[in-house]
Amino acid sequence: MVAQRINHKWGMVVDLDRCTGCQACVVACQAENNIPINVKSFYQQRRAYQWIRIERYWEGEFPNVKARFIPILCQHCENAPCEPVCPVFATYHNDEGMNVQIYNRCIGTRYCSVNCPYSVRMFNYWEPQWPDRLRNQLNPDVTIRTRGIMEKCSFCVQRLRRGEVNVERRGIEPLTGESIPPADRKLDQRRMKEGNYLPACVQSCPTNALQFADQHDDTSPVKEYFDEANEQIETREHGGHVDESHTRVYRLLEEIGTKPNVVYLKKVDAFPLEKA
Amino acid sequence: MQEGTPLQSRQVNRELLVSILNSPKWFFGALSVLGFIVLVAMSTAGFMINQGFGVTGLNRPVMWGFFITNFVFWIGISHAGVMLSAILRLSKAEWRRPATRAAEILTVFSLMTAMTMPLIHTGRPWRTVYWIYTLPFVPYDYARGIWPNIRTPLVWDPSAVYTYLTSSILFVMIALIPDFAVLRDRTTGISHRIYGMLAMGWQGNARQWKLQIIAGVLLSALILPVFVSVHSIVSWDFGMAVSVKSWHSTIFAPYFVVGAVHSGVSAVAFVLIILRYIYGWQNYIRHEHIDALARLLIVVATGWFYFFVMEVVFGFYGREADEIAVRNYQFMISPWNIWMMIFVGLTYFAPVAIWLSRPARRNLWIMSLACIFVNIGMWLERFLIIVPGLARKQLLTFDWYTYRPSSVEWIIIIGTFALVSMLMLTIARVVPLIPLYDIKEGEILRTEIKIGRVTVPAVFRED
Repeated sequence: MVAQRINHKWGMVVDLDRCTGCQACVVACQAENNIPINVKSFYQQRRAYQWIRIERYWEGEFPNVKARFIPILCQHCENAPCEPVCPVFATYHNDEGMNVQIYNRCIGTRYCSVNCPYSVRMFNYWEPQWPDRLRNQLNPDVTIRTRGIMEKCSFCVQRLRRGEVNVERRGIEPLTGESIPPADRKLDQRRMKEGNYLPACVQSCPTNALQFADQHDDTSPVKEYFDEANEQIETREHGGHVDESHTRVYRLLEEIGTKPNVVYLKKVDAFPLEKA
Repeated sequence: MQEGTPLQSRQVNRELLVSILNSPKWFFGALSVLGFIVLVAMSTAGFMINQGFGVTGLNRPVMWGFFITNFVFWIGISHAGVMLSAILRLSKAEWRRPATRAAEILTVFSLMTAMTMPLIHTGRPWRTVYWIYTLPFVPYDYARGIWPNIRTPLVWDPSAVYTYLTSSILFVMIALIPDFAVLRDRTTGISHRIYGMLAMGWQGNARQWKLQIIAGVLLSALILPVFVSVHSIVSWDFGMAVSVKSWHSTIFAPYFVVGAVHSGVSAVAFVLIILRYIYGWQNYIRHEHIDALARLLIVVATGWFYFFVMEVVFGFYGREADEIAVRNYQFMISPWNIWMMIFVGLTYFAPVAIWLSRPARRNLWIMSLACIFVNIGMWLERFLIIVPGLARKQLLTFDWYTYRPSSVEWIIIIGTFALVSMLMLTIARVVPLIPLYDIKEGEILRTEIKIGRVTVPAVFRED
């Protein structure tokens, strides 16, 4: 039986006004995706595996200084620079707006990482190892990557697949556990909606700074932001001017033209630093 | 009018076959030293493949380092062969004759060495069969739905390089046929039979000479587009990377091609000086030849310098913050600024100053020094393009980092130099590194006769 796919296009909205830089998303991602434990030497060598990372920037001069946080994960670009450069098609775009990595195909040329403006592609410099007592915490749904290949945020695609199995085959509403009548077991926007499928980082965010949903779903919380972001791109492509002081929506490194499926919302600073 | 005394054919045969028929005492000693270095490098590569890339100095922003630098460097060296044989052959430069064979063979070996670099540099070399090594040898695994991604420069790259390698080998083999016949006639036993097979029944009659010349000229003309495309495509590995600010530039193709000719011709001049020294070929590799190479190099170096300056100017012209950050890192931050000064000095100012003076061009010690300078400088050029560009990829300053090569990378790089030297030395034992028939042809072409009061060349070539 071939599942009747509908026109999903998943997207994430990162509200920087809510982000406190608590790193809960980083830890959740680490646990969900079987990412090796980042030891001190990994950080010193700049080889830490962080599919999502919190970048911390300082604004102002001491003592008049503020810390700024921005979570950066794979942006799942529509025009992803990593995709055309892989010689073996280890990374490609699937029909749900995700940029996916096929670990078995990867030969480790590292061109995708070189060509990623956000530096979110992690290379396995060493064979991944876990302490013995952590062996049972590995997620059975996620492949363990060997050394010498590239890995990156997958928008927790294994959760999406599990949600689809729950809805379509088992007939269970993933969020509430209710039974779905057989006629309704379809992977449409009414069934596969926000909540039925959430990446680990979104689920763990204590301030709801991360939101994840279908961009095409009219009821989804991210649609208005994506509509606005797409409008901005359209305006710019036609030579128009986007007044950035009136909108919070932006995309990271938009000028490269990657069209990410992650949208950022600017921080609203109640007490901005006085510029010297 | 050429310098030097006229040479008899018998003398040419005797002197140029000295490297094959009487191998010098130091030969096997030198070969085993180089072979040992290559073995050490191969075991180091094995260690790296076994342990993972953690043993190198690579890190997250700087995913490409010494190996890719070395790959581009050796591809660059390989551009000397066609430059000297094909272009100078088509333009009928008489002084090319002793340089062609050494240049072509250096081309073949540096290409082979260069192609080991991407293999070593991949994270899972045992799976590169799905990438480059299927293209020329094995049918691709289409049945399982595995396709190469032809949009990537990494597939254009091996296609171009293997085309170049194939045509270079053809070029060398065709030029070698008459010399193999000479060797066939002067050897006995198993080597006689091998040279006989390689000479493919050459008897030196008019028809065979005509076909050999036609094949040589035809291949020279056909190889020229390949020559230009190979390093253009190698430069597109960098030029196509939209995300690395300092790489994403349209000037890279001509810039890299001219740079490749610059380093390649210098390397050939250096190889010729060494051959002259170790085999005593003073009558063949004369000062005029090295002089002519140096004068050619002045033009090439200046062309290269123009592109180098333009690349920097284009970078600054946009005045984008991320581009300025890369340039600042390259030109202002230690140790990159020191390497930058060394690189520009060694690649352009020092050698061109040497080449501009006639006594310096004719002094082989100074010439070999200049040629080594150029090659150190051109190696640094690739390094200074690749690493600072990656270390300051975009404006996300949180991810900026630097790169420090590990001893593993150093050993493998040194091993590639030993490998090329070893292969050159081995081939010098097997084929004459100066084409016998070409020298003899030059000798015939330079004979002159007096008709009345004018002196005219005694012979003309038809082509």
